[in-house]
Amino acid sequence: MKRFLKTYLEKPELAGVAFLVLLTIAFQIRSGGVFLNAANLQGILGLLPEVALVAIGVTLLMICGEFDLSVGSVFALTPMSMAVLLEAGWPFVPAIAVGLCVAMAIGFVNGVLTVKFAIPSFITTLGMLFVARSITVVISGGFPPLLPTGAIPKWLFVTYVGPGDMFRVSFLWFVAIAIGVSLLLSRTNFGNWVRATGGFLPAAESMGIPTKRVKIACFMLCSLLAGFAGTLQVMRLGAPLPSIGEGLELQAVAAAVIGGTALTGGIGTILGGIIGATLIRVIDNGLVLSQVDANWFKMALGALTVFAVILNAWLRKKAKSIKVETGK
Amino acid sequence: MTAQPIIQVKDLHKWYSGVHALKGVTLDFHPNETVGLVGDNGAGKSTLINILSGIQAPSGGGITFEGRPVSFKGPRDAMEAGIETIYQYNSMVPTMSIARNMFIGREPLRWGIGGIGVLDTKKMAEESVRAIADVDLHLRSPDALVGELSGGQRQGVAIARAMHFKSKVMILDEPTNHLAVKETQKVLGFVQSLKGLGITGIFISHNIHHVFECCDRMVAMARGEVVLDKRVEDTNMDEILDVL
Repeated sequence: MKRFLKTYLEKPELAGVAFLVLLTIAFQIRSGGVFLNAANLQGILGLLPEVALVAIGVTLLMICGEFDLSVGSVFALTPMSMAVLLEAGWPFVPAIAVGLCVAMAIGFVNGVLTVKFAIPSFITTLGMLFVARSITVVISGGFPPLLPTGAIPKWLFVTYVGPGDMFRVSFLWFVAIAIGVSLLLSRTNFGNWVRATGGFLPAAESMGIPTKRVKIACFMLCSLLAGFAGTLQVMRLGAPLPSIGEGLELQAVAAAVIGGTALTGGIGTILGGIIGATLIRVIDNGLVLSQVDANWFKMALGALTVFAVILNAWLRKKAKSIKVETGK
Repeated sequence: MTAQPIIQVKDLHKWYSGVHALKGVTLDFHPNETVGLVGDNGAGKSTLINILSGIQAPSGGGITFEGRPVSFKGPRDAMEAGIETIYQYNSMVPTMSIARNMFIGREPLRWGIGGIGVLDTKKMAEESVRAIADVDLHLRSPDALVGELSGGQRQGVAIARAMHFKSKVMILDEPTNHLAVKETQKVLGFVQSLKGLGITGIFISHNIHHVFECCDRMVAMARGEVVLDKRVEDTNMDEILDVL
């Protein structure tokens, strides 16, 4: 029993789950039962994949011990690249492929700069935040290009599906990717290397793990997911605005941290990042339904981030104080 | 000692931008002996070990392993040849489980493409339990985090890992640092048991008492050179302290 309790208290995503349950109950009561009705859930689930996909990538990268502040800019640049090509008459598949390649290339540059010059990824990706945003505005020429009607297979990405049109197709993409990345992290040797690299770099290196390549791969995957998330948003909105995704990088870090990912690397789960992202959407939506001034959103998000980390630290300390013999 | 040395170090040099850290070290390690390597800070012990374990490349000279000249390009090459190194700072990731730490970088896969694949977690759990029991360390679960173990237990797991991968030479870099007395005895016991398993041990320590307790031969280094190389029974602590 003690061991069982200890195991659960040590789960990094526990604080996030606790907040999610509490807030859901609070909003359900405050909104007079509207919060959990079908129409509102449809709204939450329709928007969730976009933030959550970014959070998945950022969480993975943070577990690997690095940061990416450029995800918000990649979120805008990827669909902008695609839209510019579509406007120039390219078919959809090569256009989106080029967009996603641009995203991966940015992740590659972030990773190479970080590991080759041994500088903090906070700096490299902060630089990339400005660079990628600038390129986005430049290639749009200041005016967002119009997506040619019929150029996008909406049924594959943003159409409502499921019982009672509960969610968009993008939600299915999100679920598939979330499961894929979770399995990658928990069930493969690559995942083992990611955790070791972020957990204790000298040990990972002395055991012969190609830590530089592992980090670069995580940067690329993180950028790719951010780019794909931005592309989903643009397909949902129907127009690529050069300003989308501003501030998203910090929301994604908040999501990862609320979900129990450690800033120092090595600790965290993909599920935690998703729970964090869900919490952010729930607060955003719940405040509106509770008829609270929407400007309180950032206040709530900030407070939640700090409290989640405090609660997590407290839970872990509690877990540690439960004495379980390691020897027989 | 007529058998061929397992490792021969010949005229090994290492410069670090202006500092001559190894000045022509020549040294043989024989199969199934435990060598104590002692020396003050900056004597060149760590540099020598880093070269043997593939972390650094020598600036001059060469190494032969089992009679063949080798040049390790990374820790992985050294491990594959059969040289396993256990570091003072612990070559374990505290936030990961024992089973995962046992197999870092050498995970058994159920299937994979291009070296990346699905872990065989069942095999990892079973083999790590067996490997740990083999070094007479009894841990309840292979899923416990290494961070929860004591320093001595961690070194035990590291030694179990080296044995599991059938290493021929085990380098222990200050394995008794920061350990309590009882834990130190346990680790010294591990080192003594290497001989029975046919593993060559290279034991580096600041603490000459520890080295005398479990080694067959003493090698002392000072200022990048070997200053003493004798069987334990032919020397004593005073002589070693004198040359350091």
